[in-house]
Amino acid sequence: MEAFFSAAILCDQLINGLTIGGIYALIALGYTLVYGILFMINFAHGEIFMFGSFAGYAALTFLLQYGFTEQRPLASILAAFLAAMVVSALLGTILERIAYRPLRRASRLAPLISAIGASIFLQNVMLIIIKGRMQVYPDLLHETFFEIGWFNISNFQIMIILGSFFLMAGLYIFIQRTRTGRAMRAVAEDRSAAALMGIDVNRIIMITFVIGSALAAAAGVMVGMYYTQINHMMGFIPGIKAFTAAVLGGIGNVPGAMLGGLFLGLAEAFGVLFMPAQYKDVIAFALLVLVLIFRPRGILGEVVSEKV
Amino acid sequence: MLSAVIFSAAVLPPLVGNYWSQVLGDIGIYMMLGIGLNVVVGFAGLLDLGYVAFFGIGAYGYALMASPQFGMHVPFWLMLPVCVALAAAGGALLGVPVLRLRGDYLAIVTLGFGEIIRVILNNLDPLTNGPRGLLRIDPPFLGATPINNPQRWYYLILAGVLLAAFTADRLNNSRIGRAWIAMREDQDAAAVMGIDILKYKLLAFTIGASFAGAGGAIFAARQGAIFPENFSLMVSINVLCLIIIGGMGSIPGVILGAIVLIGLPEVLRGTEQYRMLSFGALLVIMMIFRPSGLLPASRRRPAAAAPREPE
Repeated sequence: MEAFFSAAILCDQLINGLTIGGIYALIALGYTLVYGILFMINFAHGEIFMFGSFAGYAALTFLLQYGFTEQRPLASILAAFLAAMVVSALLGTILERIAYRPLRRASRLAPLISAIGASIFLQNVMLIIIKGRMQVYPDLLHETFFEIGWFNISNFQIMIILGSFFLMAGLYIFIQRTRTGRAMRAVAEDRSAAALMGIDVNRIIMITFVIGSALAAAAGVMVGMYYTQINHMMGFIPGIKAFTAAVLGGIGNVPGAMLGGLFLGLAEAFGVLFMPAQYKDVIAFALLVLVLIFRPRGILGEVVSEKV
Repeated sequence: MLSAVIFSAAVLPPLVGNYWSQVLGDIGIYMMLGIGLNVVVGFAGLLDLGYVAFFGIGAYGYALMASPQFGMHVPFWLMLPVCVALAAAGGALLGVPVLRLRGDYLAIVTLGFGEIIRVILNNLDPLTNGPRGLLRIDPPFLGATPINNPQRWYYLILAGVLLAAFTADRLNNSRIGRAWIAMREDQDAAAVMGIDILKYKLLAFTIGASFAGAGGAIFAARQGAIFPENFSLMVSINVLCLIIIGGMGSIPGVILGAIVLIGLPEVLRGTEQYRMLSFGALLVIMMIFRPSGLLPASRRRPAAAAPREPE
């Protein structure tokens, strides 16, 4: 039997999968961090990602006008990431303050509906700002491909893969090694016990939203540069996919979200070799159903005994 | 009180004209969906975000059998029970693999199921005609009268809503309904008391889905043309929102919720581009000031109303 696919195609899809997977993982981290502490699905997370992408777009357009991008393309890109992360972090904090904090003692579903409301609100704010027109990201890096052995990789893909791995490693070290990170883990474990130990729970929840939102914003800028076109609905599908990734890995589990994101990205990239591309979204959800049937709490999810 | 409401609903269409009859028809279809999803979410406490799938199964089930697509023209009244059965089968099909999942895992898997159905409708061209949709769907006939204007539709939908509300109310007060509530309040305690959890979960999914099947058939026949985009995640979310705004587990709540949630954007239409914006803001404000809904169920609080704790 001859080989179905050449090694070059498999290598291409490996790179594509890692690129998309890195983006999914960055967004998934925001879901998982918030879920780990508040046990709520932050449905507006996709919109935070979308706002980050637009903030990066605004920063790049501004720098482009003053010719700064010509002299210092790399510094401009860094500035765009920074602007996006700051705007989204602020937005996440405001969202938590207004839409979620008053509902902390309310029923399970109230914050979900509040988040859906916030999501619709933010989409329409952006719709009004951009007057319904799709925006095109300034092309700074000029996509170029490098050939390394069988691998054929573009500079965008290198940036996304390295960038997302760098941010994920940073987050992991932050959570494992710093005082604040330890406080975050303590609050996730048991909120009231953490409060008794002198941890300012409100502050930790705020920091969680800041970190999650900033990671989503970075993903937003990456998506903007990679796919070039952005609009007010761009957060919806990646948001759902990333949430799927978080659940795949075991929601509330930080390495799980990273693994789930990469797994989902790779599964989609290799999946399109076997079925028409339109069914890509089906792959994600079919995979989710399969994984959850055999491991109902995700790949890395712990088995927690039910409270009676 | 109840008969006064029904009476005033019955005399409404001639008074409000065609446009509002149409809007009221929309509201009515959402009421049927809300009553059905309320069985799953409100009574049995299972968070289902893919409810639109059953709505789509019902709608395509009727549209394929009563349109030029395959040149078949099966009468509406014959197809209605078939659509209900198809949707119920879909509910069982989804129910079996996800029964062991709890809480948010269940939510995301059902959401995925809804998306899968939509993608399939969009891409299964030979059967569903893809994004171009199914056109010229037959209207139902009552005797020789076709139901083809907003006012006639209004009465048919009103009858559907009344039947759905009556059925759901009887279910709620039956042995099955009590089993669901026990399961919702505490699954483990209910199991110890001898309630077959798997059976009752499956029953909730199946019965809940059948309401959406009927709603879908009515929707397809009323629109005359359906497209995969009519069955997006937003429909599931709207139906869930109207249940929660009205008050989980309460049938009058669902009816009020549909009026508020589907009617409000129509009332806000004057503000055009700020319409959806204010709608989103209102959802947030509503949850902050009345998190248990406008007309909460009088019987015990639903489990979903319990403070959140790790499972």
